[in-house]
Amino acid sequence: MSLPAIKQVTGKGVYVPGDDIDTDRIIPARFMKCVTFDGLGEYMFYDVRHDPEGNKREHNLNDPRFAKASIIISGNNFGCGSSREHAPQAIAKAGFNAVIAEGYAEIFFGNSTQLGIPCVTVTAADRATLAAAVEANPEIEITVDVDALEVRYGSDSVPCTLREANRDALLNGRWDPIGDLLAGADEVAATAAKLPYFG
Amino acid sequence: MAKSLYEKVWDAHAVRQLPNGATQLLIGTHLIHEVTSPQAFGMLRERGLTVKYPQRTFATVDHIVPTDEAQEPYSDPLADAMIKALRKNCEDFGVTFFDTDTGKQGVVHIVGPEQGITQPGMTIACGDSHTSTHGAFGAIAFGVGTSQVRDVLATQTMAMSKLKVRRINVDGELKKGVRAKDVILHIIMKLGVNGGTGYAYEYAGSVFDAMTMEERMTVCNMSIEGGARCGYVNPDETTFNYLKGRPYCPKGAAWDEAVEKWAGYASDPDCEYDDVVNIDAADIEPTITWGVTPGQAIPISKNIPMVVDLPEDQKGTAVEALEYMQFNEGDSMKGKKIDVVFVGSCTNGRFSDLEEAASYLKGKKVAEGVKAICVPGSQVVSSIAEQKGLHKIFIEAGFEWRGAGCSMCLAMNPDKLVGDQLCASTSNRNFKGRQGSITGRTVLMSPLMAIAAAVTGEISDAREVFGL
Repeated sequence: MSLPAIKQVTGKGVYVPGDDIDTDRIIPARFMKCVTFDGLGEYMFYDVRHDPEGNKREHNLNDPRFAKASIIISGNNFGCGSSREHAPQAIAKAGFNAVIAEGYAEIFFGNSTQLGIPCVTVTAADRATLAAAVEANPEIEITVDVDALEVRYGSDSVPCTLREANRDALLNGRWDPIGDLLAGADEVAATAAKLPYFG
Repeated sequence: MAKSLYEKVWDAHAVRQLPNGATQLLIGTHLIHEVTSPQAFGMLRERGLTVKYPQRTFATVDHIVPTDEAQEPYSDPLADAMIKALRKNCEDFGVTFFDTDTGKQGVVHIVGPEQGITQPGMTIACGDSHTSTHGAFGAIAFGVGTSQVRDVLATQTMAMSKLKVRRINVDGELKKGVRAKDVILHIIMKLGVNGGTGYAYEYAGSVFDAMTMEERMTVCNMSIEGGARCGYVNPDETTFNYLKGRPYCPKGAAWDEAVEKWAGYASDPDCEYDDVVNIDAADIEPTITWGVTPGQAIPISKNIPMVVDLPEDQKGTAVEALEYMQFNEGDSMKGKKIDVVFVGSCTNGRFSDLEEAASYLKGKKVAEGVKAICVPGSQVVSSIAEQKGLHKIFIEAGFEWRGAGCSMCLAMNPDKLVGDQLCASTSNRNFKGRQGSITGRTVLMSPLMAIAAAVTGEISDAREVFGL
């Protein structure tokens, strides 16, 4: 079950402004009435992109200039709230494969890593610089370098951070841990045997 | 060496270190529901895997169940497909399912404790962020995504990095009219919606010592709204008294052994914490939200903050929230007309919540033009409430008395706000669109405050309404 190493992700960016963007906003609950993750991409940020009548709102995610974007740039505490993996699944299925933000909620961060979506953290000032650069030139190429821990855009770059265990998992193709977890079955049984409640 | 409960439970469940430095952590109890598990079972089938320890996973159905329709097939075909998928998955893989015909179905975080499945010293995972609720028992309980649900089904473990521990002491006496919900809203207001990122919260001090288990569950439930992936209270006599005699708890001599072991999980008095926060109980007032995050909250006697007075990094979201909520900075929340009252959810849908709500509702009427619904958190809660006649009090006052489920906390069933209705809600999230209308507006509060709003038809200070 070998997975590709994710050392860097390159693409165009789109700025999704705001702090505390919750996973209900990323994928509203009504679109979770499903038994597979197929088709979720269409509903990513649906209510951010549409008004109550279903008309498209003015938003970067609707702007044709950013139609080719594959990297989301956003504010602090991105992905807070519900643990729904539907959120990073929708992001991935909508064609995005990295997020650059000022910070992440814990569960979203873990879910994304497990899907091989690097979520790197930059300072508020660098986030503003990146957003402005993308705004000025939607075609600018952005590279999220997981190995070097920097975000390059055009001829510039800013540093980023990523928790070491998650960085290691991406760099070494271990971002989905199921193989490693299955391999520990004997030790799992031994640990369970020491817990009276486990039965 | 002195250890916190978090460290003791972690150490007892740590299987081994994984190559990337994370820990393979044994999950003692796994709870599943219909929304985040079907894809996980799908992944198992794709890989030809099975459920490794089916006796350690328990299922119920809560998010999508209609609360006004018991008969299947449900009128919503998608909801019907989801309950049937869960039923089949549980049958195929040998998982216990508290189905709608068992008398035990309900919101997963209410069912686990009331069945005695949730116990001190356990690790618990569930594909739902409010899994933090179970920390009230001195368990370490994590909300997880669907791929991790798959991991737990297939291996009974998941890959985790250890959290830091912040002890939050709340000492002193709570003022009249101040409830567990106000305590946690106050904590989130003070520490922020991401203040707990990277931490487990240990709630301690005389206020939590004095709380019932149901109150502790209300507090731990909302840990995630403060960014903490889990929150817990050290187990004590209150914990053991609650659990004694519950269906899944040990009996006889095994009970005594279990209690001794459970007590040993409590944090050692001299253990070190990564951070300590002290809060004076006397500073806490009935607290409600005014914005679109649970941290955008104020004591009921204070006005909505002026944007200029807020820290720089909160101004943007405040402006956005005011626009969405149609409120002005500097306004009092008191007197804002409400359209809907929702009493229920894994935060405040337990028997004691309904009992308190009913005690203030008795002999009064829901204000004209207000739609009020009471949704018991489980069939067990519903049954006890009905035995005690609480349903009659709600119905006579003008509330709708519903079946058990998550209902209007996240509106995955037919219970939804309409248009820009303003809802006084005992749930846990006031996010934009959370209650089912993309312009719907939520004000979070305690059941006591929600009943005050119900009878006056506007956001009110329960202390004034009920002369507390």
